Amino acid sequence: MLDKKINHPLHGKKNKSFCFSDATMVKVQKIIARYPEGRQKSALLPLLHIAQEEFEGYLSVDVMDYVAGLLNIQPIEVYEVATFYSQYYLDSVGKNVIEICRTGPCAICGGEKMQQYLEKRLNIKTGETTPDGLFTLKAVECLGACGSAPVMQINTEFYEFLTKEKIDQILDELTLKAKEEKPEKSLWKEKFF
Amino acid sequence: MERKILLKNIAVPGIRTFEVFRSTGGYRSVEKALKTMSPDEVVEEVKKSGLRGRGGAGFPAGMKWSFIDKKSDKPRYLICNADESEPGTFKDRFLMEKIPHLLIEGMICSCYALGAKTGYIYVRGEYKYIIGILNEAIREANANGFLGKNILGSSYSIDIHVHSGAGAYICGEETAMIESLEGKRGNPRIKPPFPAVVGLYGGPTVVNNVETLANIGFIVNQGGTEYARYGSGKSTGTKLISACGNINNPGVYEIELGLSVREFLYDPQYCGGIKNDKKLKAVIAGGSSVPILPANLILQTASGEERLFTYESLAEGGFVSGTMLGSGGFIVYDEDACIVRNTWNLARFYHHESCGQCSPCREGTGWMENVLHRIENGQGRTRDIDLLVSIAAKIEGNTICPLGDAAAWPVASAIRHFRHEFEEHVLHPERCGHDL
Repeated sequence: MLDKKINHPLHGKKNKSFCFSDATMVKVQKIIARYPEGRQKSALLPLLHIAQEEFEGYLSVDVMDYVAGLLNIQPIEVYEVATFYSQYYLDSVGKNVIEICRTGPCAICGGEKMQQYLEKRLNIKTGETTPDGLFTLKAVECLGACGSAPVMQINTEFYEFLTKEKIDQILDELTLKAKEEKPEKSLWKEKFF
Repeated sequence: MERKILLKNIAVPGIRTFEVFRSTGGYRSVEKALKTMSPDEVVEEVKKSGLRGRGGAGFPAGMKWSFIDKKSDKPRYLICNADESEPGTFKDRFLMEKIPHLLIEGMICSCYALGAKTGYIYVRGEYKYIIGILNEAIREANANGFLGKNILGSSYSIDIHVHSGAGAYICGEETAMIESLEGKRGNPRIKPPFPAVVGLYGGPTVVNNVETLANIGFIVNQGGTEYARYGSGKSTGTKLISACGNINNPGVYEIELGLSVREFLYDPQYCGGIKNDKKLKAVIAGGSSVPILPANLILQTASGEERLFTYESLAEGGFVSGTMLGSGGFIVYDEDACIVRNTWNLARFYHHESCGQCSPCREGTGWMENVLHRIENGQGRTRDIDLLVSIAAKIEGNTICPLGDAAAWPVASAIRHFRHEFEEHVLHPERCGHDL
């Protein structure tokens, strides 16, 4: 039994067995082949992206252990990477992860107000997920789109020159889409790896 | 008459595809290099061009290449630094999105010059859609015989792969990038040894910025001497400037080095002046790490000369009254901008992005953020201002990588040029007009 008192992101995750689908495994092999023999650890960052996409949107200990096994490296080597990079989530997130830029160039163009508005509109604080599991709001550092500030990224999509009206429209569309469709994963992995 | 090198054909419809890119003269440099030049001759041309690294540090590209350890028996690597994360900088994203083959062409010539058989493009994790564009460009180049085995029937083979980061500013530092590419945390390495001697997987490695590599095709085609005819004095060539902040026309512009900052800021073909006819307050000229300058010092040097977009002119006056060309991230602040709030914002950024390896940076960036936060929130003390200067001075130069300097400079320069605003915040916090 894990000690529940330990407040560590790597503790207390539920145990499940994970396995990539055959189609994903083909991609995984291709990615590993990009690096010299014996250097398969280089594939760790791309593989964690795929794992996060494929398994519930975040990296649980079991998922990380599975990836460690695939690459024939120690689990700790995966944990230390997963905890370093801001795009790996160690806790469950909503279907849509809203990442609003909070850095200087966006801030002087109204980014902070947009963040406030998102909190108000979703009725959550930054870092939280809506009760229906549809949206998680995160504030992130510079997204590299300062020329179209303020900006946010939802999953893989950039939304630029934000206004309150634009945010309303985007969130309405995403909410509607979620109601109409069965849950589907975004397709960037299919297209890009 | 403005002259362009990188974005000359940007308006040609379909320039993102191989076919159109090729029809505008694309990939000719690969044919020329492989068929008529030795690798060393390519390096010589790049040296002659005077091209300096466009990622921010401005190190001469040809010199970096010539450091490659030729005695090493390990494979050599070229890494393209596409981890563009410096606040205010979005030029590489633009280049890769609009005209990706320019980068691939430059990388092939560079791999040939360096004797590297493998190149990696390290793209920041947030630019996921760029990964798709680059992979498509690589596929096309492969299909047309410019990449892969025996390029254009020669004995030379090159593979280029795209590698995705996962959200870490520090991975733009070249040794952190190498660590990250090896599947580790992005902790910068102690130099020496430099990557040109011991780099990726222990092999001699060159890490170059996207824009730097995109210039190589032109240099091979036209020669280094012709490239050096562009620009002004020692600052040769053109530079992509990504302009943002309180201006009328934010965006990416290719300028010939030597253009005056005033013209860039006010001419309608560039920034087009300050938004809503406000007054200019300050500019960060080369990405958030370089010192901020008040309006008078960005338009003119302390000695009264016109400030120009050259490495030398922007640095004129050192850090007392000058700044740096940096990455070309041009952030403009109007009269309403709160310098204290902006400085706190940037300090938070560097605190968030510090890898935590060196204590001056790990601890110091946190202290700067906290002290600035309390000044911004009306709980500052007059001595906090000197405390900030002291912390910045203790970080600068005392860390393995330049992130420490990059964190210290914005704070130190903001206090240097806008001390009165910090004092005002301490004494009369209610007077700050910033409503958020």
